[in-house]
Amino acid sequence: MSDDRKIGDVILKVDNISLRFGGVKALTDISFDVREHEIRAIIGPNGAGKSSMLNVLNGVYTPQEGTITFHGEVRKDMDTHQAAENGIARTFQNIALFTGMTVLDNIMTGRNLKIKSSFIEQAFWFGRARREEIENRKKVEEIIDFLQLQSVRKTPVARLPYGIKKRVELARALAAEPTMLLLDEPMAGMNVEEKQDMCRFVLDTNDQFGTTIVLIEHDMGVVMDISDRVVVLDYGKKIGDGTPDEVRNNPDVIKAYLGAH
Amino acid sequence: MSVTRAAATADTFPRLLSQHAAQRPDAPALREKYLGIWQTWSWRDTAAEVRAMAMGLAALGFKRGDNLAIIGDNRPQLYMAFAAAQSLGGIAVPMYQDAVAAEMTFVLENAAIRFAIVEDQEQVDKLLEARDTLPQIEHIIFADPRGLRNYNAPGLMSLEALRTKGDEFDAAHPGFFDAEVARGQATDVSVMLYTSGTTGKPKGVCQTHQAFITAAQGGVQFDHLVATDNVLSYLPMAWVGDHLFSYAQFLVAGFTVNCPESAETVMTDLREIGPTYYFAPPRVFESVLTNVTIRMEDASRIKRWLYDSLMAVAKRCGADIMDGKPVSTKDKLLYALGNVLVYGPLKNTLGMSRIRVAYTAGAAIGPDLFRFYRSIGINLKQLYGSTETCAYVCLQPDGQIKFDSVGTAAPGVEVKLADNGEVMVRGAMVLKEYYKRPDATAESIDANGYFHTGDAGVFDSDGHLRIIDRAKDVGHLSTGAMFAPNYIENKLKFFSHIKEAVCFGHDKDNVTAFINIDLTAVGNWAERRNIVYSGYIDLAGKDEVYALIKECVEAVNAELATEGELSHSQIARFLILHKELDPDDDEMTRTRKVRRGFVAEKYAALLDGLYGGKTVQHIDTKVKFEDGRSGSIAADIKINDAKRFPAVTKAAA
Repeated sequence: MSDDRKIGDVILKVDNISLRFGGVKALTDISFDVREHEIRAIIGPNGAGKSSMLNVLNGVYTPQEGTITFHGEVRKDMDTHQAAENGIARTFQNIALFTGMTVLDNIMTGRNLKIKSSFIEQAFWFGRARREEIENRKKVEEIIDFLQLQSVRKTPVARLPYGIKKRVELARALAAEPTMLLLDEPMAGMNVEEKQDMCRFVLDTNDQFGTTIVLIEHDMGVVMDISDRVVVLDYGKKIGDGTPDEVRNNPDVIKAYLGAH
Repeated sequence: MSVTRAAATADTFPRLLSQHAAQRPDAPALREKYLGIWQTWSWRDTAAEVRAMAMGLAALGFKRGDNLAIIGDNRPQLYMAFAAAQSLGGIAVPMYQDAVAAEMTFVLENAAIRFAIVEDQEQVDKLLEARDTLPQIEHIIFADPRGLRNYNAPGLMSLEALRTKGDEFDAAHPGFFDAEVARGQATDVSVMLYTSGTTGKPKGVCQTHQAFITAAQGGVQFDHLVATDNVLSYLPMAWVGDHLFSYAQFLVAGFTVNCPESAETVMTDLREIGPTYYFAPPRVFESVLTNVTIRMEDASRIKRWLYDSLMAVAKRCGADIMDGKPVSTKDKLLYALGNVLVYGPLKNTLGMSRIRVAYTAGAAIGPDLFRFYRSIGINLKQLYGSTETCAYVCLQPDGQIKFDSVGTAAPGVEVKLADNGEVMVRGAMVLKEYYKRPDATAESIDANGYFHTGDAGVFDSDGHLRIIDRAKDVGHLSTGAMFAPNYIENKLKFFSHIKEAVCFGHDKDNVTAFINIDLTAVGNWAERRNIVYSGYIDLAGKDEVYALIKECVEAVNAELATEGELSHSQIARFLILHKELDPDDDEMTRTRKVRRGFVAEKYAALLDGLYGGKTVQHIDTKVKFEDGRSGSIAADIKINDAKRFPAVTKAAA
């Protein structure tokens, strides 16, 4: 049904990335690319370097070697602020929300970069502050509607079940209206129903907003179902890259990750 | 008041709508919460949208006498779709939105549906699936385009596109709409509601404009409903109760219908809207009370003391104060205090502060439950009716409320009892016919025009009707004593720990019961006693839980012992089922009525165990999960005996 979704040109490309922490080699000579509007998965066993790779992509880590090409611009590393300003948003493996704040307020924080009004304007609620608040709230409400969070709008995040918290995190990332979304294990620890919901939301996000999605995931079933292309890492090295079918039939991948299946 | 009544004179729904639009164009007709804000459609907006929708349908070839399927949650656009179909002389066929495609197929085929207006992608998917076997489904119109951008099935169209088409058609055919509305007759069928099908296939109940307008007018006069009233519509649109309250009475009285943001937000929306007129089946009132009770149990000691002592005052005199009966000055003062400290804030939290009239129907309501709401000043009443009678047969008049009766015959309704106790009804609200089922029509409407409801009832000394059971369910034990399963099941269900009960006993020596515990109530009970459990199955099998349920069963037995002939129906043995009865497994209807015959067949092994004297019985059960997969649950189920009491004659009341 989403077959006529247009996958565009390469927008992000990493070449020969190596990342070391002291003597520990987290990533060795990794190269791959991400095309516009696609869902790109990074998989691998525990400790394979998946989260490190994501952290390199949005500038949390600086690799010792290699280059990152984003929208044609070659650089040694990304800067977290630059990444955000360039339309990259992410979620975290261990939920990182403001637990004392409501769902609505948490998602509003995702609009931070869109706020232009000054501190004074906001404090006294005049000038641009008022108009911006209304615009931002509308955008946030659209996301609440999109991710079906209406019933918990005013609930503090600490009181929510795990699966919903994950959804709130996705909502906050979407509030920044990203062109690229990095999802770190969006379905970890979820039950079957929650996973299905999350898959639906990831696919809908990709379909509706054309957001490019790079996701790390443990659950093979999920990855094979929703991804366009998959990168496989093992011990910090790339051992496979291609469509889910290609990866599934790659002997190295079968040996390293899929086991006897 | 006279202004309101003046509006309610037209004899078809489309004409009622245009009257409201002409007389009070800016008054709010429909509201829906969208993007966190309540959006309002005035009567003028509503009439304009209905016109565009109707013209769009006409452009697609919808003609007089055609059926329009309407599927989805309560949405303003879908209520407008009813009026749009009726404007063209068509018939609205609302369907249960949570039914799976296979269940929908029967109705879609039976009603020969060519046109459908549905809410969203979920319903579109189901209709497209159904279309594989039913190619007659030509046009599927959806209100919410989310997720449907890349669908290109033929005949699929957004409501937006339909309106545009309608505006074009309207411009090209001036006067067409008004002429079509003028051609409508009060005796035309306006809506077809499918019965829930407790037995056999669902039947389409054809109701005319006149039937529903009569029923609505009766209710509006009886309870003095006015144009400034507000209701929250959250019950299935395919259910007769919602159609009467949120459509027929809405168009007759001209009040405002509010649609919740989503099914999960109903309680919040209720608080925000503060409806003045409210309708809910007993289970809704029950779950609200269970929640209140649980939260009070967890509250601090002082709050609990305050709540308990003031609720005792309310219980003693609250209902009498509301009914205007004499009450001592001391109680009046205490009640006023309670109103400030407890009842008022509680009603506010529940969104019930502004309720003038609240109705419940569809199943029996427990006396404690009923008294609770009345004691805190909510004018909760019962009514009796069915799909075939526009949910309008008996109503409880203000000030004459009894928990075990359904009131007196409503204005314009004749009620009498057949020799076997079956309730028979005559009046304008009786169905015209069952769709394509002359046999069923002939069977249920007799030569004198009385509709046989299938319910067994008795009139009490005040002329109030009391419903005992389904007439056909009333059976006899092998000893010949009368056995009314529903009556006993309801007594069991009045305990907050019991969610469902199914009783057996026809042609048997004694009565036995299957019990479903209420996971919330029993779970909380278990937690407070440090009983560890992993889920429903585990909890249901605990000896402590059996002991708890046994107490309830024996309390029912003690009560039955005082009720003359029914004293023979005391429950001899019972078991707690290892799974909750579920409409997805066909064990209940979509309106959550137990299909006793089906359950007996499915759990035949358990029934044998009950009557075979066993203390443990093994069973394998197939279950369907929400995503459509199926699996099975195996369990060893304990069977307990319950104490029975010698029959006693009731002390003079």
